[in-house]
Amino acid sequence: MAQLRELRAKIRATKSIGKITKAMELIATSRIGRAQARVAASRPYSTEITKVLSALAGAASNLDDPFLVERVNPTRAAVLVVTSDKGLCGGYNTNVLRATEELLSLLRKEGKEPSVYVIGGKGLNYYKFRGREVAGSWTGFSDQPHYENAAVAGNALTESFLAEAGVDEVHIVYTEFRSMLSQVPTAKRVAPLEIEYTAEQEQPPAAADLLPSYEFEPSADKLLSALLPKYVNTRIFSALLESAASELAARRTAMKAASDNANDLVNTYTRLANQARQAQITQEISEIVGGADALAAVGSDE
Amino acid sequence: MAEISVELVAVERRLWSGQATFVVAQTTEGEIGIMPGHEPVLGQLVEGGIVKIDTTDGETVQAAVHGGFLSVTNERVSVLAESAELASEIDVEAARAALSAEDEAERARAAAQLRAAGQPA
Repeated sequence: MAQLRELRAKIRATKSIGKITKAMELIATSRIGRAQARVAASRPYSTEITKVLSALAGAASNLDDPFLVERVNPTRAAVLVVTSDKGLCGGYNTNVLRATEELLSLLRKEGKEPSVYVIGGKGLNYYKFRGREVAGSWTGFSDQPHYENAAVAGNALTESFLAEAGVDEVHIVYTEFRSMLSQVPTAKRVAPLEIEYTAEQEQPPAAADLLPSYEFEPSADKLLSALLPKYVNTRIFSALLESAASELAARRTAMKAASDNANDLVNTYTRLANQARQAQITQEISEIVGGADALAAVGSDE
Repeated sequence: MAEISVELVAVERRLWSGQATFVVAQTTEGEIGIMPGHEPVLGQLVEGGIVKIDTTDGETVQAAVHGGFLSVTNERVSVLAESAELASEIDVEAARAALSAEDEAERARAAAQLRAAGQPA
């Protein structure tokens, strides 16, 4: 008796969990599209700012802006980790945190003391639980980041980067969105920026690609130092957007697996419950038959 | 009539792009007006400034632009802003309320929004 009731309770519970995970899967699916659209919408700005920066870098008299020059003997590095605020997204946070740990140990090996900055509640909990120091943290926007969020984090990092006693390098660890099924944790250095020199002599660029000789208001050097922090913010913002899309995709995959498992479990439990019911009926019948036989035997004795 | 292609791009989205005959913006050095054939210029826009674009259709697009850059090349004009609002999108009531905000940047932003929307600040 008890067994059948237990099984029915389990079926009910599994079904309602399945409903929740299915709903979360659908929500994540509908949001991925929006997140990808936001990644696409932010692209014109980053292409434009890259174009402008390369024009500026060509025209500026000196490229010794702190953002462009490698520090001599870097001893401290800031690492910004982008995690999610909410869980239920499979290995998303674990993967990005593991990539961070790898980067941290690499930095230590190079003799740089890393300080960790965290975006997202899950990452913050991870470091708090382990009693590790977190230099700065921002939470509450992991699935729908806005530029202001990126700017706040970016400005804090820039400030520390430019300060005398601050960090010498800034790295960011986020999850790159390759496709619905593949999201890869990626570590990048955002400051100092790496300058790519184009070999002009070898390959003369087509006339259309030639950068126009700009007039600058104010001077090119001033513009460059105003633009570079913004460029760093843009990089952080696009990392946030990618991470948001990745988070949703990871959540969709995890929730789909959970819904499938819930369905399988419901099937198994239903089968077990049917078996238990059949066994109970069989037992009842044999008890009745046995009882009748016993009565008949008593009657024939008289 | 000569025309230039103009792009008004904020970090999160592209606000406006199209053909125009005249663009006015405020750089840190002063107001600048750009007509087709203007020499290439790269300028930093003032915080809480306004960009005005006269389109080829004879319409005028106004936008409040915060923290931006202006890049003029032979073919086109791009305005890059950290954030920007077209005049039609500006919530005048909210902007007026923000005029008395604590934060100075907030006030400048609200004033620019009101001016872009054609309201007295």
